Parts: sequence; structure tokens; C-alpha cells
Amino acid sequence: MSSFWRDNLPKLGQMFASIAIFLAVLSVIFFIAGKANGKKQRPIAIFVFLGPALILLLFGLLGPAIRTLLLSFKGSASHSWVGFSNYTWLFTDESERIVLRNTVFWILFTPIVTTGLGLLLAVLLDRMRRESIAKSLIFMPMAISFVGASITWAFVYKYANPNQPQVGLMSSVARHLGFEPTNWLLTQPLNTFLLMIIFIWSQTGFAMVILSAAIKNVPTDVVEASALDGATGWRLFRGITFPMVRSTFIVVLATMVVATLKLFDIVRAATGGNFGTSVLANEMYSETFIRYDAGRGAAMAIVLFVLVLPVLCYNIFNLRRERTIA
Amino acid sequence: MSLLTRNKAPKLADHNAGRQLFGSRWATITVWIIAVVWTIPSLGLFATSFRPKADISANGWWNLFVHPHFTMGNYSAIFSTSTVSGIPNGILPYVINSFVITIPAVIFPITIATMAAYCLAWVKFRGSDAVFYGIFALQIVPIQLALVPLLNLFTTGVHLGHYTLVPGLHIAGKFLGIWVPHTMFALPLAIYLLHNFISSLPRELMEAANVDGASHFVVFRRIVLPLSIPAIAAFTIFQFLWVWNDLLVALTFTGGTEGIDPLNNKLAGLAGTWGSHWELLTSSTFITILVPLAVFFSLQRYFVRGLLAGSVK
Repeated sequence: MSSFWRDNLPKLGQMFASIAIFLAVLSVIFFIAGKANGKKQRPIAIFVFLGPALILLLFGLLGPAIRTLLLSFKGSASHSWVGFSNYTWLFTDESERIVLRNTVFWILFTPIVTTGLGLLLAVLLDRMRRESIAKSLIFMPMAISFVGASITWAFVYKYANPNQPQVGLMSSVARHLGFEPTNWLLTQPLNTFLLMIIFIWSQTGFAMVILSAAIKNVPTDVVEASALDGATGWRLFRGITFPMVRSTFIVVLATMVVATLKLFDIVRAATGGNFGTSVLANEMYSETFIRYDAGRGAAMAIVLFVLVLPVLCYNIFNLRRERTIA
Repeated sequence: MSLLTRNKAPKLADHNAGRQLFGSRWATITVWIIAVVWTIPSLGLFATSFRPKADISANGWWNLFVHPHFTMGNYSAIFSTSTVSGIPNGILPYVINSFVITIPAVIFPITIATMAAYCLAWVKFRGSDAVFYGIFALQIVPIQLALVPLLNLFTTGVHLGHYTLVPGLHIAGKFLGIWVPHTMFALPLAIYLLHNFISSLPRELMEAANVDGASHFVVFRRIVLPLSIPAIAAFTIFQFLWVWNDLLVALTFTGGTEGIDPLNNKLAGLAGTWGSHWELLTSSTFITILVPLAVFFSLQRYFVRGLLAGSVK
């Protein structure tokens, strides 16, 4: 045990020391900058408050994004320019076509199912009694990492040979229903949809919590008035509730689209991207860090970005409109 | 509409869309069915982690509830320092790594983002709106775009031709080399959420402080920080879950350095090498889940309130 602490105590020490140094440096800067007065006070304040964030964003996101764009036009070792050949490869290669197809499947199904299910639950939960336990149960998977979720779902999808007992829930249910289960995760394209279920399971709770808060914000007198006018059920939902939460619905949907595109962990942990389940984000990692082709990996990252671009434009458009109204 | 009919109006709950749509009872039943279905996979994991290895491959986990046969052996195996599990010190060092990575990777971005958000909300200057939109836009840029160049920055620096613009920082494979990327990647969302919250603080409060001659630094420390606690707590949950559960950033920036691998990262690797050791995998996974769950449930009352400030109309 002593060797254990000899290895691990310094790590904890390093952590506390780093936090202490970080806060100490900030306090000193605040103290010194706070002494400034008169005309200089404002520019100094702006520099101190905004500077660190802007420098980190410049070196951490903006600069690297531009560099990735350049890399995508270079060869595997980034020495020579190769024009668009990384892109033509990505869109013509047989196995990459499956990757692109899967990515499209993911975008088409997961965000809308997750957000839709979240909305349904939010509507049903609204003013239900003892909602908090059900809510917590549905939200819980959100706290589980995608790696943990994939391991968790292994006990649903696990498959054993016909003469052995089935320890996977789905396989067992299938056998009890009278048909012989197959090795689900090897069956294309079913396996991609099975991986999507893991994502939906994990993220529905998030959509539900956000939409539920939005529904609670719908003014009660509006609902009351339209109910008195005879609006019931589906009409009330379509005419009042949904329009009132539409903007939140779209924000959650957009968040899910982006999360889906970035998705990497589920595919990596559940199938390793084999058996025709890979998606762009996973392929990008494999291409860069396993097959060491920085050019192709960069091209994939750029395609990912282009796919996210419409969501980005829509969000900015929305934000500007909201701010001009406010 | 007369006052009388208004008074006779049924209680609001009866007009709720969900209840009207399915009827109160059906709504409740539907929600509970979904909640139970949602819990089954986790229950399976939890149950399996307490079963002996032989049982796990002999029959499904639900048999534990029919023929109870519990063991704590899996948990003692993953924490043991003998080499039962194939990792010499058990999983505890990786749990510690996860904490050492996560705690600073939460504190650093929140501090820097709160400062930036205050500046963009209350110390406006020419172009501050443009800066805000720019940061907002960076929010959804896939971090995949930044991984390789950032890793290059850490190892070899930035060069333009023969000129070295930034020397290699040599922090790859160290804790600092993973705190920094997490901080960078967290900033856009953190600044956006905190800006929503901080800009909705009462104007009179800020003006009163300015009249009293308090500098921006005093206002920030005495007024903005204490009042922003709900938003800070909400983002703490978010960032904690994200860093603790992250795989991509950890894989890229630890580069498989044994001493600093977080638990989630190790778990993903073990899923391959422990392919047949489901008793070890399930118990380790459960340990991984425990920490974020505890964080979430202890701070959950802040979650929605802080996250939605100013964004839900």
C-alpha cells in the first residue's frame, strides 16, 4: 500500500498545487489591475477579464481549425499538397461510403427520436404527481459515460450460440417469443440502429428535463383560456403548448444533431467501428491516430464541420433575432 | 366571459395537454413504463456486478432475483493490488487520475468563462457583440477539428517556415496537457451560458456599485460571483459529467501514458482485453458511474435553473 501512495499522492499534490497557483495568480492580477484608476481602468479590465479566454480560444479552437483545413489538402504525413484527393477518396471509397451512410442514418433518426421522446415525456410529466422519481430514473443514464453505457447495453445485446443459455436480455426475450436470436451486433444494418438506441437511452432524459422546464414556463392563463374555449388534448397541444415551446424544442434538437455528429465513444466501445457500424467521428480518429493519415483524418473533420454548419447558421440567426426583440 | 364561469373553471391540472391527450391515468402509466424500461439496462449492470463469474455466463442477470447468489468478490478483485485483474494496482489509481483530471478541468474553465462573460455583458466595448457571436459560434465546432493541431502545438510548437512562432510546450502526456484542452473546449458553452445568466442580473445593482466607485474587479468579486452561483453550479455539473465521461480528449492527449489515464479511458481499453471478464468490467463500470451520479444528485436543483436562465421565454 505504501508504494501505492508513493505513486498517487504526488498526483493529488500536483492537482491542489495547480489549482492554488491558478487562483493565486488570478488574485495577484486582480489586485494589481484593481489599483489602476482613471482612464486606464476600463481597457485594463477588458484585457484582464477577456484576455485569457480569447487567447485560449485562439490557440485551442480557431487556430487549430484553420490548420486542420490546411492539413486536409495535404498527404498522409502533411509534407506535400494533394489538392482535393483526400475528399475524393472519402466520397468514392467503398468502405468510407458505409461510414457516410451510417452518419446520415444517425443524423436522420437519433436527434428527432431523442427530442421527440423527450417532449412526449415532458408533456406527460407536466403536473403529474410524484413525477420526480420517474424523472430521475429517466435522467439517470445521462450521467453514465457512453463507454459505460455501451458496457451496460452489452447485457441487452449479448448473444450466445443456440445450444447455450442466452444471457443477453434481448436474445433471451427473442428465444422466449419462439424465434432463435442472431448475433445482433454483427447484423448489418440493424447494428447501427442498436447503437442509436444506446444514444437515445442516454440523452432522452436531458431533452426531457429542458423541455419540461420550458412547458412549466407556459403561462397558465393561456392554457386555461384556450381550454375554456373548448380546446382539448391534441388540439391544445398543437395550438398552444407546442408553439410556446417550439424555440426550446429546436435548440434541443440542434444540440442533439451536434452531439450525434460528434459521437465517437459508443461506436468505439461497442463495436470498435467494425461490422459496418463506423461513423465519421470514429473514422476520423482511426484514420489520424491508428492509420496515421493526418490528411484523410483532417478531411473527415472538415466534412463534420460542414455538416454542422447549417445548425450553426440557424443558431446565430435565432440568437440575433432574440436579442433584437429583448 | 363572466367572473362566475371563470370561478367555476375546473382546476388547471385538468386542462393540461398531457392529461387531455391520454387521460391522467394513461399519462402516468406511460411515464412509469418508460421509466422502468429506462432503468432495466442499468439494473442489469448493477446485478451482474454482484454475481460470481460462473453465474454470469451460465444464465441471465435476472436470475439473481430468482435465485439470489451475491458476491462482493468482483469489487474486491478490481481494487486488489495483487494481479488478479491483470492491472497491477487495481483500478484505484485510475479513479484518482480521473479526479485529478476532472477537478481542475472544471475549475479552470468556469473561472475564466465567468470573467469573460461578465466583461461581455457589463463592460461593453466596440466589437464586444461581435466577440460574443464569435464565441457562440465556436460552441458547436466539432472538437475533432482541433485535436491534431493542438497536439502538435503541445509537442513541437507552431512554425511558419523556419520561424518558430510558439515553441513546443512539452505538456503532452502530463496532467497539464489534458487540463488545457478541456479548458479550451469548455469555454464557448461556458461563456454563453454564464453570459445569459450574468446579463440578466439587475442593472440597478451594477449602476449603484459603479456610483460608489467600485472597480470592475470589486464588482466582479463582490456582486457578480456570489449572484452567479446557480449558473456556476449548473455548469459545474455539465462540465464534471463531460470531463469525467470523456473518452476522445483523454485518448488523444494522454497518448496512452500509463500514469495519467483516467478510469473511463482505461475501461474502454479493458472492454477489449477483459472481453471474457464481465465480472470485472461490470463492477468497474459501476464505480465509474457512481461519481457522476453523486455529483448530479447533489447539485441537481441548480441544473435546470442555471442552465435555462434567460434562454427559455
